[in-house]
Amino acid sequence: MTGSGVWDQIFNFADYPQLLALVHNSLIAGAILGVVGGLISTFVMKRDLPFAVHSISELSFAGASGALLLGVNVVAGSLFGSILAAVVIGALGTRARDRNSIIGVLMPFGLGLGVLFLALYKGRSANKFGLLTGQIVAVDTPQLSWLIATSAIVLLGLALIWRPLSFASTDPELAAARGVPVAALSTAFMLLLGLTVAMSVQIVGALLVLSIVCTPAAAAMRVTASPLLVTLLSVVFAVGSMVGGILLALGSTIPISPYVTTISFTIYLVCRLVGFYRGKHGWSRPLRPLPGVHGATV
Amino acid sequence: MTTRTALELRDAALRYGRRTLWSGLNLRVEAGEFVAVLGANGSGKTSFLRAVLGLQPLDCGTLLVAGHPPRQRRDDVGYVPQQRHIDPLVPLRVRDVVGQGLDGHRWGTGWPSPGRRRRIDEVLAAVGATRFADMPIGLLSGGEQQRVRIAQALVADPKLLLCDEPLLSLDMRSQRTVTALVDSRRRGSDTAVVFVTHEINPVLPYVDRVLYLAGGQFRIGSVDQVLNSATLSELYGMPIEVLHTGGRIIVAGLPETASDAHHAPSIA
Repeated sequence: MTGSGVWDQIFNFADYPQLLALVHNSLIAGAILGVVGGLISTFVMKRDLPFAVHSISELSFAGASGALLLGVNVVAGSLFGSILAAVVIGALGTRARDRNSIIGVLMPFGLGLGVLFLALYKGRSANKFGLLTGQIVAVDTPQLSWLIATSAIVLLGLALIWRPLSFASTDPELAAARGVPVAALSTAFMLLLGLTVAMSVQIVGALLVLSIVCTPAAAAMRVTASPLLVTLLSVVFAVGSMVGGILLALGSTIPISPYVTTISFTIYLVCRLVGFYRGKHGWSRPLRPLPGVHGATV
Repeated sequence: MTTRTALELRDAALRYGRRTLWSGLNLRVEAGEFVAVLGANGSGKTSFLRAVLGLQPLDCGTLLVAGHPPRQRRDDVGYVPQQRHIDPLVPLRVRDVVGQGLDGHRWGTGWPSPGRRRRIDEVLAAVGATRFADMPIGLLSGGEQQRVRIAQALVADPKLLLCDEPLLSLDMRSQRTVTALVDSRRRGSDTAVVFVTHEINPVLPYVDRVLYLAGGQFRIGSVDQVLNSATLSELYGMPIEVLHTGGRIIVAGLPETASDAHHAPSIA
């Protein structure tokens, strides 16, 4: 095979307008997922949970492949797996060290279960592969309504607990002193995270959830410390990677995920470079001398 | 009900299992008063703080903050914790940290408003932190972070300022800055101060009274009444030497570890 043959497989924009009409649903799904993933990722980063996300997505994969094998609703199976994992990690792992070991134990088990179920499954192999690496081009209308409903729940939940959750995520000790129910918020967040991961697994696949639920905020946090800007940038990055990935993948024979992850990763690289530059050249406006207490200066 | 009393404990007791941290504690801290809480590690200083914050119920007795049970009116207590390492990537600017002290515990998303911003700017100016208001909190030095912590504790205009070892791991100059800020607040706004510390000297010029916890017992009084050889020897049940030298107080002969402090009285 020649080099240009490979290139045609990766990027092929022939018949683009016709194809675009076919992926109308997928584009909506991608945009919604981007918004939810971008928002959730800010808390995943603040609470140091990327590893947990990976584990939840693998349990979600096990649930989905189990459902595929049993011939029941794949979405329900995926939800069951991810919420179970999220609740277990949330309940057992309050300290970072505990949490990491529980995650390390759960993750291979989830993946192993998933592989077992898929090996037993005799149906279309595209279904199998899709759970791991994504299948956005095939989003149908019932799937889309499910996605919209779940997103609405996650967005409402986040809006309700946003402020105390931020407080508890960045300064749990002081938040508790101010009466914030730190433990209950942690459980609530894990549930919302479980829902988001289950959604993402359907679209980008279990192996690549982190590119939507971790990378956007990780990138945004490199360039700004303003909570509002981090949130906005994170959403823009996530939506950009999702929608951009779908548009690029359209004419190719390759799954959606490499496009999404590559855009997401590129954004992160650029943000790191910008952050590096900022770190060298100062964060704030030029310092003006102000009288401190007892004339204290920096 | 208006009251001048910022903190009141009546016949208060706190136990862990069979071990009594303290009991029969009666203490009234008036508005504008500066009370230092001293004692060995494990003597119940942290539990005292947790009780005042309403995070730990008393085993018996009453505790009132500005006339109300501790969980009822959170804004009455401003809490300054120990300085801890904050990751430079934490997405909070100095002004956001102070904002969390104002309304971080409320439900919903919260929206910026001119009044909120003005209040935050005011309190940042009061602690001399205006020039790093837009810096990420994790990039500040320990001393600067503690200034911000004080602003965060004061932004909701509390009646009681509760400080938990706020000077720990700070250099001398930052220690002086932080104590001076706390003192100026209580003089300016009549806020009572309860200052938990293992080291009396940095706050010596400001302290009105001392609560000394050790081995299930306590003493309350002025610095001279409590920090003398006779009182501390009695409290610890072993000879303790208290020296006054050059405006500093040096306590010699304290048991090294927390468990010593607990067992000493039962042996004596």
